Amino acid sequence: MIVGIPSEILVNESRVAATPQTVKRLLKLGFEVVIQRKAGEKANFSDLQFENSGAKIVNDAIDVYNHSAIILKVNEPTLKELEMLQSGTVLLSFLRPAQNQELLQKLAEKNVSALAMDAIPRISRAQKVDVLSSMANIAGYRSVIEAAFYFGRFLNGQITAAGKVEPAKVLVIGAGVAGLAAIGAANSLGAIVRAFDTRKEVAEQIQSMGAQFLTVDINEDGATDSGYSKEMSEEFIAAEMALFKAQAAEVDIIITTAQIPGREAPKLILASHVAVMKPGSVIVDLAASSGGNCALTTDGEIFTTENGVTIIGKINQLPAQASQLYGNNLCHMLEDMGKAENWNINMEDTIVSRAMVTHNGQVNWPPKPLPVSPTKPQAVNTSKEEQKEIIKNKNKNNGLSMLIKLGCIGLLLLGLGQVAPAEFMQHFTVFVLAVFIGWQVIWNVAHSLHTPLMAVTNAISGIIVVGGLLQTKDNLNLSSILAFIAIFFACINIVGGFFVTQRMLKMFKK
Amino acid sequence: MISGIQTAAYVFASILFILSLGGLSSIESSKRGVLYGILGMLVAIAATVFGKDVEGHIYIIVAIVSASFIGIVLAQRVKMESMPQLVAILHSFVGLAAVLVGIGSYLDVGIKEITNLEKTIHLTEVFIGVFIGAITFTGSIVAWGKLEGKISSKSLIFKGRHFLNIFLVLVCIVLGVFFVISANDFGLNYLIVMTFIAGLIGYFLVMAIGGADMPVVVSMLNSYSGWAASSAGFMLGNDLLIITGALVGSSGAILSIIMCKAMNRSFVSVILGGFGTISTNTEATLIEGEITALMHGEVSQLLKEAKTIVVVPGYGMAVAKAQYPIYEMVKELQKTGKTVRFAIHPVAGRLPGHMNVLLAEANVPYDIVMEMDEINDDMSSTDIVMVIGANDIVNPGAEDDPSSPIYGMPVIKAWKAEQVIIMKRSMSAGYAGVENPLFYKPNAQMLYGDAKESVDKILGFLKSNQ
Repeated sequence: MIVGIPSEILVNESRVAATPQTVKRLLKLGFEVVIQRKAGEKANFSDLQFENSGAKIVNDAIDVYNHSAIILKVNEPTLKELEMLQSGTVLLSFLRPAQNQELLQKLAEKNVSALAMDAIPRISRAQKVDVLSSMANIAGYRSVIEAAFYFGRFLNGQITAAGKVEPAKVLVIGAGVAGLAAIGAANSLGAIVRAFDTRKEVAEQIQSMGAQFLTVDINEDGATDSGYSKEMSEEFIAAEMALFKAQAAEVDIIITTAQIPGREAPKLILASHVAVMKPGSVIVDLAASSGGNCALTTDGEIFTTENGVTIIGKINQLPAQASQLYGNNLCHMLEDMGKAENWNINMEDTIVSRAMVTHNGQVNWPPKPLPVSPTKPQAVNTSKEEQKEIIKNKNKNNGLSMLIKLGCIGLLLLGLGQVAPAEFMQHFTVFVLAVFIGWQVIWNVAHSLHTPLMAVTNAISGIIVVGGLLQTKDNLNLSSILAFIAIFFACINIVGGFFVTQRMLKMFKK
Repeated sequence: MISGIQTAAYVFASILFILSLGGLSSIESSKRGVLYGILGMLVAIAATVFGKDVEGHIYIIVAIVSASFIGIVLAQRVKMESMPQLVAILHSFVGLAAVLVGIGSYLDVGIKEITNLEKTIHLTEVFIGVFIGAITFTGSIVAWGKLEGKISSKSLIFKGRHFLNIFLVLVCIVLGVFFVISANDFGLNYLIVMTFIAGLIGYFLVMAIGGADMPVVVSMLNSYSGWAASSAGFMLGNDLLIITGALVGSSGAILSIIMCKAMNRSFVSVILGGFGTISTNTEATLIEGEITALMHGEVSQLLKEAKTIVVVPGYGMAVAKAQYPIYEMVKELQKTGKTVRFAIHPVAGRLPGHMNVLLAEANVPYDIVMEMDEINDDMSSTDIVMVIGANDIVNPGAEDDPSSPIYGMPVIKAWKAEQVIIMKRSMSAGYAGVENPLFYKPNAQMLYGDAKESVDKILGFLKSNQ
C-alpha cells in the first residue's frame, strides 16, 4: 500500500504531514511512501533526508494523488486538491467538519473516505492520535515565547548588581492542553502565573503546573460530558468580566485559549480591558482563527494598540516540531487501523467511526455525543494475597518467641494461682483483660488527639473517687475525713478533665 | 457487698469508658467519645453513691459540688499553652487521692476482719497502691513546677542518684515487709514513713528529667495515675476501679512508648533522666558555615515569591502564643494561591499532641496539619520551610552526625527545602543542649526575635504590599 504526502499549498502553512522520522515508521508498518518534492521545505526537512529515510520523491502533486491509496495532509483539501483525489482514496487530515459541510458533501460524492484528525473523540485510548492536543501543546508553548519576545522585560524576577527585577505576571485564560502548556512554559521562565477556567475540575491541573487558580464567587461549573466547556450564565459572565478587568490592570501578559468547538470563540478580553492594561503589555490570542477571545484581535496579525498593548493574532507554528508530532499521530492512527498488512476501515471502532466523516459515499457527520469526561482513577489496593503473605511471614518469625513468652506468663500465673485466694484471682483476671483492651484501643488514637486523650484518661482516672465514696461514714472519723479529701480532689480531676477535653475538641475544625 | 444492680452498672460504665477511649481514634468521633466518658462516670458515681454500703451522703455531696465548681473554673481558665501544666497537676490529684484512699482503707475497721492470707494480700495491695500514689503525687507536682517554670527545667543530676533511688526503693520494700507482718496498729507508722519515702522517689525521678523529655514524663505519670487507681481497686475489691485504672495505665504507657520512639530513645534512659548530659562531655562535630540573618521585610518578600510553604512549629510558638498571627499569615498566603501546610513533630511542645491543640485553638483546619512522616517526603519539593520556635526536631545532626546526642532521632527534614527560615529568640541551643548545624546551612537564614512579634511584622508587610 502506498501512502502519499503532497505539499501543503496554503500560503501560511509551513507544516507537512510526514517527517523523515515518521517516514521510517511508516515503512516499518509495511507501507510504501511517496512524497512530493519540496513538501518538507518550509519545515526544514530536505528531499534528501526523505529519500534517505526511504521515501520516493515525485515532482507533482498529481503523481502523489494518482499513486496513493492513503493521503496524509495537514490542511483540508482545497478545490484544486479535491479534483485530484481519486475515488476510494483514504484521506487523513484536519477537516474542520463542523464548518465544512460542503466539503464533506463533495468528498462523499467522490467516494473518498475522509478521516478528520480534528474530529477524533477525546477519550483516553485516543490520546496517541489526538492531534488537537499535540498542536495545542505547541501553540501553548509558543504563545509564551511570542509574548516574551514582544514583552520588553525579563519574565523572571532577579536580583542583580544593577538592581532588582520584578517577575512578570502572566494570566492564562482557558486551561485546556494549550493553556496548561502555556502555564508550564511561563512558569519555567520564572513568571508569576495565574490561570482562569470555567471548569472547576481543572483547578488541580492548573496548580500542578505551577499557577494560581483564579475563580469567581459563583457556583457554576462549566464542565460538560465532552470534556470541553459550555457557555456560562449571564451572571457568571458578568463576574468573570469584572475579574478579567481587575486582572488586566495588574498582569503584564495575557494568553487566551478559550474555544468552544464549532462556534465562534467567546469574547473575554474587551476593548475596555485592553484600555486599562499597562503599556508594554502583551496579549496572545490563541483563538484568533475562530474569531479571537480578545475583541481587538485581528487574525493573522500582530499590532500594538494606542495605549501600547501588543496584540498577537498569529503565532509561529514551530513547523519542524509540529510536523513531527502530527506525523507521529498519523503513524499511530495507521497502526491502529491494521498497518499495511491488515488494513481495514472498521466502522465499529469508536475512534474510526467518529472521525471517519465520509465513507462509502455517505457523510457521517455529526456523530452521536459521547461522554468522555475523565473518571477519577480508583485507588489501587495492594493485592490481598500480598498482604496475607507479609502477615504470614511476620507470624512465622514471631511465632516461636511468642510461644516462649506465653509459656513463661502461663507458669507465672500458675504460681500466683497456687498462693492467691480465688477472689484475688478473679480481680486479677479482670485486670489483665482490661490492660489488653486498653492496649488494643489506645493504639488507634490519632496522633493529633494525644493531648485530648491525656485529658480524658486523666478525667477517667478520677474514678478513684469510687474508692473514696465507699469509705465515707456518717460519723466523721479519720478514715472518713481522708476519704472526703480524696473525693474532693478526684472530683476536681473528673470535672476539670472532661471539661477541658471538650473545650479542646471543640476547637478542632476542618 | 456489691449488689447485682451495682455490678451491672459497673459493667456498663466500663463499656462506656472503653468506647470513650475508642472514640478518640478520629477527630470526628472524639466528641462522642467524651460524652461516653462523662456518661460512664455519672453511672459509676451514681451506682456507688446509691449502693447500700455508702454512708455520709452529705459530705459526699459537699465534696462533689465544691470540687466540680473548682474543676470547671480550672478548665475554663486554663490557656491552651498551659495545658501541660494542668494535666500534670491533675495527675497529682489522682496520686493524692490514691494515697488517701489507701490509708483510709487500712484504717477502715470493717475490712480488717478477714482471714490471714487475705489480710496479707490486702495489706500488700494497700502498700503498693499508696506507693504508686505517692510517687505519682510528688512526681506530678515536680513536673508541674518544671512546666510552669517554677522549678528549673534543667535536669537535676548528682553523683550516686541511681544508688540513692535504688536504696530508697529497697527501704520501701523492707518497710512493706514490716507493714504486712505487723499485727497491731503500729503498721500505720510504716505506711506513713513509706509514703514520704515514695514521695521522695517521685521527686528525684522527675527532677532528673530535662524539659525536652517532658512529654514522656507527663504520659508516664498519666500511666502511673492509672495504675494507682487500679491498685486501689484491688484493695477495695472493686472491679470498676481495676478496669478503669488499667485502661488509663495502658493508655499512658502507650503514649510514653510513642514519645520515646519519636525521640529514638529507650524508655528506661528517659526515665532515668538527664538529656543533654552526654552532649556536654563529648566533642560534637565542628560545624562549618556562616549564619545569615534576615529582616522581616525580606522574609515577607521570600514568602511572596514561594509557592509551597511548610511551617514547623515548636515550643517557642507556644511560649510566644504565636499560633493566632501565624494562622493569619497562613491565610494571607493562601489567598494568593500558595500551598501552606504545617508539619508537626511527635514531640514538639511539652505534651503529646500539644502543637495540634494550639493550632486547633487558632482555628487552623486540621487537614493542613501534617504529621512528620506524612510530609517529610515532600520537603525537597517545598520552596520555604518556616521553623517557628523549634530546634532539636529540625536538627540534621540527628541524621548525619553520629557524635550528636540526638543521632538517630527522627526529625523533620527542613534542610531539604529550597530555603529555610528559622525564627528564634537567640542563638542558644535547644533543650537537648545540642548545637544545630541547620542554622549554618547555606539555604538557612535566621530571623531573630519573639515569634509572635516577628510574625506580626511579617504579616504587616504581606498585607501592605498586596
